[in-house]
Amino acid sequence: MKTIEQNILKEVAGLDALPVGAYNIRTNGKSAARNTTANIDIVTKEDKPGIDIIIKPGTINESVHIPVVVSQAGLKDMVYNDFFIGEGSDVTIVAGCGIHSCGDADSAHDGIHTFYVGKNAKIRYVEKHYGEGDADATGKRLMNPTTVVHLDEGAQMMMETSQIAGIDDTNRVTEADLAAGAKLEIRDSIMTTGDQTADAYFTADLNGEDCSCNIISRTVAKGNSKQHYTSTLNGNARCAGHTECDSIIMDNAYVHAAPQLSAATTEASLIHEAAIGKIAGEQLIKLMTLGLTEEEAEEQIISGFLK
Amino acid sequence: MLELQNISYVTEDGKTILKDINAKIDDHFVVITGPNGSGKSTLAKVIAGINKPSSGRILLNGEDITDLSITERANKGISYAFQQPVRFKGLTVKDLMSLAAGKEASLNELCNLLSEVGLCAKDYINRDLDGSLSGGELKRIEIAMAFARNSALTLFDEPEAGIDLWSFQKLIRVFEKMVAGNDGNILIISHQERIIDIADKVLYLKDGQVAKYDTKENVLPEIMGGAASACSVLTDKMKED
Ligand SMILES: Nc1ncnc2c1ncn2[C@@H]1O[C@H](COP(=O)(O)OP(=O)(O)O)[C@@H](O)[C@H]1O
Ligand SMILES: [Mg+2]
Repeated sequence: MKTIEQNILKEVAGLDALPVGAYNIRTNGKSAARNTTANIDIVTKEDKPGIDIIIKPGTINESVHIPVVVSQAGLKDMVYNDFFIGEGSDVTIVAGCGIHSCGDADSAHDGIHTFYVGKNAKIRYVEKHYGEGDADATGKRLMNPTTVVHLDEGAQMMMETSQIAGIDDTNRVTEADLAAGAKLEIRDSIMTTGDQTADAYFTADLNGEDCSCNIISRTVAKGNSKQHYTSTLNGNARCAGHTECDSIIMDNAYVHAAPQLSAATTEASLIHEAAIGKIAGEQLIKLMTLGLTEEEAEEQIISGFLK
Repeated sequence: MLELQNISYVTEDGKTILKDINAKIDDHFVVITGPNGSGKSTLAKVIAGINKPSSGRILLNGEDITDLSITERANKGISYAFQQPVRFKGLTVKDLMSLAAGKEASLNELCNLLSEVGLCAKDYINRDLDGSLSGGELKRIEIAMAFARNSALTLFDEPEAGIDLWSFQKLIRVFEKMVAGNDGNILIISHQERIIDIADKVLYLKDGQVAKYDTKENVLPEIMGGAASACSVLTDKMKED
């Protein structure tokens, strides 16, 4: 594997070497390496690009890595990945996509990830997006991830998604429905710079009794970048929902945050919060009194905020 | 040694907050006291470089630092524990203590520093320095950060505010230790008799001016004299004695 691809794998999946457990590494539109285990099967789809990841009921403490690397200019990669998480299992799935652009044609990765999380199963899903490019590359790096989550009774999902650098244009769509007792936690962080745009749409239908959903989003918008954020919680049963979007805005950036709630029963308890503001001057001053320059102080505040 | 020469501070809307302050801070432990609103915090901010004086010069060990930035003054050995601690979303107690110390702080060092302010390091180091901590906890961490910097000149702005009595007793002992240890100059803004008691000198600030700057024996009568107009914990306590 070339060093560019190795670097991207490290950025998006924290991988220095092939991971332990199940994995499928996709480079430039093709499967480059795969491993399955006794409990986790990975099957190439017949009718469209993508894979099925099938996790047997009761699989505990296993992990699946499915990083995607795009390093060819002009490649438009589109995948459909379906995850079948067996009842009562407890697994970690690390997905991530990195684009390295080198020419003047746009490179793109679009993916639809659909999760069928079985009764009382528990999953942690980590997805990182990252872009980099040669200094003279003019091609844009585009990513449009869609994530659909079906949580069966008592299922739990913890989703950590982030896009910290290098993606020019992104439209992230996340849709979830929750059955009784299901629990969904989403932590999303985004930083945009230059002329980038990032759109994020979250929707959760809280359908089952006593299900709960918590969406926490932290964003930083620098330069001339633009961000649009919409998060909708629909309470259709006795449930608890909370959505929070907190943004730091800098330079000439634009941030639009629109949390929305709907309730179809008096038993739904839903809260939304949104805040947009510049870095607090007193935070910069405090760090400067500790000996940091203004730039160093800004870096510390942003990296802590997005952590 | 810190020298304030003719320091005045006028706000943008023309309000004079500090008027022609002259003082040489060459004693080891100096307390600035005075009524609320007399300009104590403003003076501390002028020393730390947060507020630029409208006129006057500030000298640190003979060097004119009036035009130096906050960062440059910090690197020359000035530390400032704020009256109102700042909250940070996402930065932990350990992050900030490490930034203050100028290096990654070990658990052992954090334990030592935080125990000085009555906190147990392992309960706190991984917590965010945000609204999830109480006012008193934030204040104690603010003080511990100043200890961690171990500077030539440390300013504490009302370190007693918001701290429970038990922790305050302990804090006094830490300041007493600092006095005994003779490491660097300490400038404390305080209304507390116990703190004034251990001061080498007391600067009494009133209406933005130095009303008196002398040993506590000479300054206290002055404060008492003005007690009719000032409403302070200190003067009440003085009367009890
Ligand atoms: N930026 C400012 N603009 C206008 N007035 C201010 C400003 N900062 C402080 N003040 C006023 O200056 C006076 C002194 O404030 P401060 O230095 O905080 O007093 P102290 O610390 O002695 O209680 C107060 O009347 C306060 O309201
Ligand atoms: Mg004050």
